[in-house]
Amino acid sequence: MIKAILIFNNHGKPRLSKFYEHYTEDTEQQIIRETFHLVSKRDENVCNFLEGGMLIGGSDYKLIYRHYATLYFVFCVDSSESELGILDLIQVFVETLDKCFENVCELDLIFHVDKVHNILAEMVMGGMVLETNMNEIITQVDAQNKMEKSEVNQDLTYSLFYLPV
Amino acid sequence: MALKIVKGSIDRMFDKNLQDLVRGIRNHKEDEAKYISTCIDEIKQELKQDNIAVKANAVCKLTYLQMLGYDVSWAAFNIVEVMSSSKFTYKRIGYLAASQCFHESTDVIMLTTNQIRKDLSSPNQYDTGVALTGLSCFVTPDLARDLANDIMTLMSHTKPYIRKKAVLIMYKVFLKYPESLRPAFPRLKEKLEDPDPGVQSAAVNVICELARRNPKNYLSLAPLFFKLMTSSTNNWVLIKIIKLFGALTPLEPRLGKKLIEPLTNLIHSTSAMSLLYECVNTVIAVLISLSSGMPNHSASIQLCVQKLRILIEDSDQNLKYLGLLAMSKILKTHPKSVQSHKDLILQCLDDKDESIRLRALDLLYGMVSKKNLMEIVKKLMLHVDKAEGTTYRDELLTKIIDICSQSNYQYITNFEWYISILVELTRLEGTRHGHLIASQMLDVAIRVKAIRAFAVAQMATLLDNAHLLTGNMQRNGICEVLYAAAWICGEFSEHLENPMQTLEAMLRPKVATLPGHIQAVYVQNAAKLFATVLKSQEGNTDSTAAQETSQLMIDRLPLFVQSANLEVQERASCILQLVKYIQKLQQKDVEIAEEVNALFAGELNPVAPKAQKKVPVPEGLDLDAWINEPPSESESEDEQPKAIFAKEEPKHSRPRHTEVDEKELARRREARKQEQANNPFYIKASPSSQKVYQDTPGVEHIPVVQIDLSVPLKVPGLPMSDQYVKLEEERRQKERAEKKKKEKKKRKEKRSGRGKKHDSGPESEEDITPAHQVDIVTEEMPENALPSDDDDKDPNDPHKALDIDLDNLVEAAGRRPLADSEKLPVRSHRETPKSPAEDGDTENAALQEPKKKSTKEKREKKKDKDRDRKKSKEEKKKKKHKHEEKEEDLLGGQADAPVVQSEETSEVVAPPTSTNPEVSDLDFWLSNAPVPSNTQEATTVAEAEAAPPPEAASGTAPDSEPDQPQDADTEEAKSSKHKKKKQKKEKEEKEKKKKKKHHHHHHHSDGGGEESVQNGTVEEEEPLPPMSNYCLLAENSYIKMVYDIQGNLQDGSQVVVSVIFENKGDSFLKSMEFNVLDSLNSKLQRPDGSGPHDGLTVPFQLPPGVSNEARFVFTVQSIIMPQKLKGTLTFIVKNEDSSTHEKLDFKLHFTCTSYLITTPCYSDAFAKLLESGDLKGSSVRLEGVNMPFHHLLARICFHHHFSVVERIDSCASMYSRSIQGHHVCLLVKTSGQTVSIDAKCDEPTLLGNVLDEIKQTFSQC
Repeated sequence: MIKAILIFNNHGKPRLSKFYEHYTEDTEQQIIRETFHLVSKRDENVCNFLEGGMLIGGSDYKLIYRHYATLYFVFCVDSSESELGILDLIQVFVETLDKCFENVCELDLIFHVDKVHNILAEMVMGGMVLETNMNEIITQVDAQNKMEKSEVNQDLTYSLFYLPV
Repeated sequence: MALKIVKGSIDRMFDKNLQDLVRGIRNHKEDEAKYISTCIDEIKQELKQDNIAVKANAVCKLTYLQMLGYDVSWAAFNIVEVMSSSKFTYKRIGYLAASQCFHESTDVIMLTTNQIRKDLSSPNQYDTGVALTGLSCFVTPDLARDLANDIMTLMSHTKPYIRKKAVLIMYKVFLKYPESLRPAFPRLKEKLEDPDPGVQSAAVNVICELARRNPKNYLSLAPLFFKLMTSSTNNWVLIKIIKLFGALTPLEPRLGKKLIEPLTNLIHSTSAMSLLYECVNTVIAVLISLSSGMPNHSASIQLCVQKLRILIEDSDQNLKYLGLLAMSKILKTHPKSVQSHKDLILQCLDDKDESIRLRALDLLYGMVSKKNLMEIVKKLMLHVDKAEGTTYRDELLTKIIDICSQSNYQYITNFEWYISILVELTRLEGTRHGHLIASQMLDVAIRVKAIRAFAVAQMATLLDNAHLLTGNMQRNGICEVLYAAAWICGEFSEHLENPMQTLEAMLRPKVATLPGHIQAVYVQNAAKLFATVLKSQEGNTDSTAAQETSQLMIDRLPLFVQSANLEVQERASCILQLVKYIQKLQQKDVEIAEEVNALFAGELNPVAPKAQKKVPVPEGLDLDAWINEPPSESESEDEQPKAIFAKEEPKHSRPRHTEVDEKELARRREARKQEQANNPFYIKASPSSQKVYQDTPGVEHIPVVQIDLSVPLKVPGLPMSDQYVKLEEERRQKERAEKKKKEKKKRKEKRSGRGKKHDSGPESEEDITPAHQVDIVTEEMPENALPSDDDDKDPNDPHKALDIDLDNLVEAAGRRPLADSEKLPVRSHRETPKSPAEDGDTENAALQEPKKKSTKEKREKKKDKDRDRKKSKEEKKKKKHKHEEKEEDLLGGQADAPVVQSEETSEVVAPPTSTNPEVSDLDFWLSNAPVPSNTQEATTVAEAEAAPPPEAASGTAPDSEPDQPQDADTEEAKSSKHKKKKQKKEKEEKEKKKKKKHHHHHHHSDGGGEESVQNGTVEEEEPLPPMSNYCLLAENSYIKMVYDIQGNLQDGSQVVVSVIFENKGDSFLKSMEFNVLDSLNSKLQRPDGSGPHDGLTVPFQLPPGVSNEARFVFTVQSIIMPQKLKGTLTFIVKNEDSSTHEKLDFKLHFTCTSYLITTPCYSDAFAKLLESGDLKGSSVRLEGVNMPFHHLLARICFHHHFSVVERIDSCASMYSRSIQGHHVCLLVKTSGQTVSIDAKCDEPTLLGNVLDEIKQTFSQC
């Protein structure tokens, strides 16, 4: 099971947080800070696994993270997940973001955190891995975006029709 | 209305959207909080508007603010409003917000039930998907209970996208509503074989999660998972399954044996590191589970270790880390194989990556030996000095202590060295583990008698230098060490060089800054020291020294009497009074030392930590029973604390060491000694009292004293432990030299040229003798203590509730079928009260009714219940009647299973999973170890039970069922009869099922039936006549053979022929041999080593009147044509007086139908298939078919292995697949007595033959 997925930048500013277990907002912020603290002091070229923080997890949990340019992608998982598998999953996630945003950068995540959530929802559901095939994920995300767009168009024509000229 | 919309849109133009909010926050870096609070005010305004678009926008912004740590729970109701918007865009925003901030105590959640249910059944798959995703995050027990049934229906949705989400969310539902596990499990299991890989993966995921917590309940799924493992190519699925097996093997070592080979193959073949790693991990788990029974797996261990070495040597730090992690698992059972890689592991200790160093540390635990312990610890001590972070340093510290103290200090040869290591560790600043060091010091000093003198000396120094530690002592916890030091110095004060100095050190004013419990020990032990000092001083004639000592005590103790700590205060005042009394006596020149010493006489024995817990409760003692009258409940709460306080008080004030007159003391001492002498479990130290101890001869030869002098006992000085390493080395060398000498002598003495004696090259473990004859005192345990592991499970673990036995679900007779109460709650439209007459009528069926219903409901829950009930009742009556009749003819005289029971059985098994006792199946699957290609057989449980594959050639059938028929004479007869019974029962079940659900085909199609029913319509129509696929093979006066042919899904070139042999006569049949004349196209599979014309021995014998089934595997090349094979069965007929050899010829008819496998197909896939244009058509007309349409379909399904894709009135589409992957599609239409079948298939010849066979089936009836 995945307990939490966090994305934050090199300064610890959260860009996405998804907890699959309930914490209060304060605890969530603490977890993010603690995780950032643990992860950020590690060199590049060291392994991507980290044995837990105090707040999140415990002995059965691991932090598995990847660092891309200005962003850290951190998954907190228990022992039922394969470590290397999760690393691959992070890669798939980032590649999917890259496809969906066309050359993703931190700004995309800053301004479209809802979209990132929607993409993530197609990969991980309730802490369990739902889909690992990037094409399948993109197909579903695109289909939903298309639906959204068609609704927006409806909306626009509707309101234009009634708009006093 | 229009105006409102217009107004809304205009408002929207001026609203901030999420992007504006983010931008705003970024522009207000200085006063972010203030800016956000104005934004929240705006959002509150927006939420008050009616326009849903505005609301959704506001909620979207709130979701963002929630991420920044703002509590948005106040908007929960608005979130629910947005969730219930009909527009997907808004709905998605609402669900996202809900998933981020709803939780169990959000009260508006209960308002969402109906909305979610509506979304779940929405025609738009993405509405459903969004609802499922959201629900997975905030599902509560109530939601789980109310929606479980809806979600379960979605598990059979036509869209795989929904199916996989529904399957996955079931896990969350189980967690919140454990009662749903049993009813949902059959369908979940079925999803393991879903045609869509995503759904399959989700099902595997869920079952793995479930099984991880309660593995034993899922053992029976092992064959199925085994099959998936050998067939799946999806690495995700494979990894999950392999991990699952890792959890299952400890429970069932036979499973491990079966796994080794395929896993080893995977290890060799896979290129995916993640998969390789998990395989290695599971092989390790297997090896651990086998470690006792199977010695011959060294090859596998070697393979694992070798692969892991490759990982560790890899430059990728991740692989290195995982390699070390896995290595530590091997270490537990096969330390030898890991030890050979010591170099590599020590190298990892120097790695710059902390995670890797920690892992390497774990491994060190198993690497140490007597020989290298000192060297390794020395290395670790260097690391301790270098370490920057406290976490890593603390970890190092605990590891050093772990390593040294493991298995009762097994590897320590020199305890002086160890004590000095401990003393060195006290120099660590800010460690959290002072307590750990202290307990080690105490443990060693108490249990290793020979070391006491040295330990006391070291501790005295430590006390003397306490000020060096006290700098930031309060804070860092290292002061715990002083607790140990003070106690050791006091308790073993006779070893002190200069007790007066130590006493002085213990009474320094600075001590008062120490934590209370340490001060208490100081005070108590100062008294002990005082006794010792008095004793030495009284020996001298000068009495002033003794009086000065008393004065010192009297001067210093008042400091402690004032202590705020109760314990310190109490002890200090007692001792102060005592000393004052002593002083008085001293002034009268009374010799008092002896008596003061008596206060502290007696030896303390180490007691095992769990000793108290292990004291067995004596018989007849009820610990929970009230001793006094239970307090009346009316007692007000105010009084209670008082009572507690009053009770506790005397405990504290009980005087321990003072004010007991000498006589009493002596008497008690005497009594204690007496008691000890009489107690056989009291471990007596050989020279039991302390005084004798000083001049024990054993102590003299210890070189403690010399070393003591040579080593500066300065705590902050050089690490002294190094010197011990050197000394130890020298000692060992000396020893070796001596040994050599001795050996030489021996050799000289012997002189007989026995060839070379082994040269003492590298010294072996045994050669190293400890420096001291160390007597490690074992810890005391109470008598009758039970050796038990106290596994303290968390009582709040949600998975505890999921520890539900699932085997019974799919099990045959009598255990615990789904009970009425276990049904999932179903929303019903109306519940019409039954008329009284009907009521009475139903009573009979009422018992079985609910079970039947529960299965039916899953499929057609919204059906009118009343009608339903009436019909099923009628049906049941008929069925019951028939059933009874049949029971009689099938089982003949030996029908000892009560009719009711089997009736029940057939009711229960209605879910389309296979229906046999899985436990014994598992046994069978595990014990026979068929080759992997046969696993398919094994997995369809029914088959595996019914007959062993011929290759397995084992006559011993699994008879683990306790309720075996007892009327058989011989063992064989017993088991075969047993089997027969089961098999019959199974047949009946099949037929029963057929009656109930017309579209359900024979037992081979685990997954198929469900789907076809789902897509088709189920009506309660009149029951079908019983059907059987078994047709006559051959028959004579002794024996009758019927057979059925099934394709093997796993292997496109195999079919399995099941033959039932029935002994018709009254003689015993044995040595049956089954042989077939192979054709070019079809061959009987014979075991390795037998010739192409050899017969196969039937693995059982037949007593009179008994029948049993055997299975034979044939390989076929082309499957498009039917064909016949000639064969012979030879057997010996044994009567009481004679035996004759008989034979029976037969012809095996391989129809094209037998190459078809029932495969479920969804209507959309079916339509695609037909559109693809790859299929060639053909058609056939059947005239004069005089049977209801559903009978017709059922017959096609049953006899020809089809499944119904869709049925509309008198028209149905059906699908099947050949073992070689040909698609066969049928469109069956009926009008009057004419049935027309249009068929399409990618292989026209095959299709033609299948149609011919269908035609023949109907011409026969």
